[in-house]
Amino acid sequence: MTDALITLDAVNKWFGKLHVLRDVNLSVAAGEVVVVIGPSGSGKSTLCRSINRLETIDSGTITFDGRPLPAEGRALARLRADVGMVFQSFNLFAHKTILDNVTLGPTKVRRQSTADARAYGMELLERVGIADQAGKHPAQLSGGQQQRAAIARALAMRPKAMLFDEPTSALDPEMVGEVLEVMTGLAKGGMTMIVVTHEMGFARHAADRVVFMADGQIVEQAPPAEFFAQPRTERARDFLGKVLSH
Amino acid sequence: MEVFSDKLDVFWNGFLGTVQMCLLAAVGALILGALVAVLRISPIPPLRAVGTAYVTVFRNVPLTVVMFFAAFALPLLGSDASFLKIPGLRDVIKPLGTDLPYFRFATIALTLYTTAFVCEALRSGIGAVPLGQAEAARSLGLSFTQNLRHVVLPQAWKLAIVPLGSVIIAMVKNSALAAAFGVIVTLMGVVDELVSQQYYDAVPVFLGVAVGFLILTIPLGLLLDMVERSQKKVATR
Ligand SMILES: Nc1ncnc2c1ncn2[C@@H]1O[C@H](COP(=O)(O)OP(=O)(O)OP(=O)(O)O)[C@@H](O)[C@H]1O
Ligand SMILES: [Mg+2]
Repeated sequence: MTDALITLDAVNKWFGKLHVLRDVNLSVAAGEVVVVIGPSGSGKSTLCRSINRLETIDSGTITFDGRPLPAEGRALARLRADVGMVFQSFNLFAHKTILDNVTLGPTKVRRQSTADARAYGMELLERVGIADQAGKHPAQLSGGQQQRAAIARALAMRPKAMLFDEPTSALDPEMVGEVLEVMTGLAKGGMTMIVVTHEMGFARHAADRVVFMADGQIVEQAPPAEFFAQPRTERARDFLGKVLSH
Repeated sequence: MEVFSDKLDVFWNGFLGTVQMCLLAAVGALILGALVAVLRISPIPPLRAVGTAYVTVFRNVPLTVVMFFAAFALPLLGSDASFLKIPGLRDVIKPLGTDLPYFRFATIALTLYTTAFVCEALRSGIGAVPLGQAEAARSLGLSFTQNLRHVVLPQAWKLAIVPLGSVIIAMVKNSALAAAFGVIVTLMGVVDELVSQQYYDAVPVFLGVAVGFLILTIPLGLLLDMVERSQKKVATR
């Protein structure tokens, strides 16, 4: 694929003696939505976090937008500004209001004026449906509202790609839908996304491709219709049997 | 007990001297302590090593020894710490500007010593900020210093305020040692002046000195209790 935005080439990662990413190759095109699934401990989070270098890799290369990931420093900060990250536990800045959470990056990293950042921030909060919560602190919001705020915070940087690490796993069931709805909107709008999730419904409807990981390896990848209808490997069949029977 | 009516001005001057030394040392130690704390968590290993070495040395040497070095080693190096004769400041805090350097020496020693404890209190506060906060800041593209300034430190200060208060209270009590190194015009210096030189009874003089320290430390302690209670309330809201 020539228009790949994100490329992982023979990536390996160890935590001590634990080999968590084994020769991982993955290429994500601009505008593509890739859902990563797999059993617990298979390395999904590590894969996701290595793309904006929250985890460093031990061998192989990761390129973003045609350039290898920079080491520490300004270049790395610039890369991270272009890659939005949404965490399982939201990680909103606890001492700041929702709007200040959303404008911190644009004003300090992108050097936008406060007025511009606030205007665009409010527009994004409107889009994710929590404009009325702009002045509150994170602890005053429900989990679903917090996660939507975290998505708005990432979007405020006008990222070229977004990484989601189990964005709905910490939510009460009744709040999962509102977050997935925002993510589906982003996917339809052409955002490049890598989404680690256990939400098979989202994978079916919003993904262009499903990547199945086990033991630090990408075992299988296919468009969702194909993957869910006839998984090729025993491990994927096994995994699907477990999650879909719930 | 006539010492109180006769010599109240001596007590008062000693009290003022202690207040002045403690104010200087507290401000100095908070600033230096924040700097050393930043060194200790810096991503650059040599800077980290400097911070760690500083804390290890000053936390594990008795204050008396630090005072000794300030009072006897600085003069050997040819310094009477006159860099502390800061214009403006020396008009408000008179002992800074005197020819006798002992007030300055003791203040430097108290500051350097307290800095190590301020650093550790701050570091405990920084450690109590959830890791996800710094990760979120990094993934927005904030630099190390922006991350500290806008995300980590504002939260760490609040978490460190109670341990910091304990450090400052300990510092006020530690300041008593300055009298042994020639600083006459402090609370403990009152003992030297009234008991050793003017032969007043030791017990009432020490009582007066104790009251002087309590006037400084008890309100600080009450303030800390209040902060702690209001933080608990926020936490359980
Ligand atoms: N910081 C770390 N230090 C040591 N081991 C780690 C660390 N982070 C993760 N691991 C281990 O690496 C392996 C892969 O972890 P990872 O979090 O990537 O899995 P995952 O697929 O995201 O799992 P889950 O579905 O539970 O989130 C696991 O065995 C985990 O225990
Ligand atoms: Mg995970």
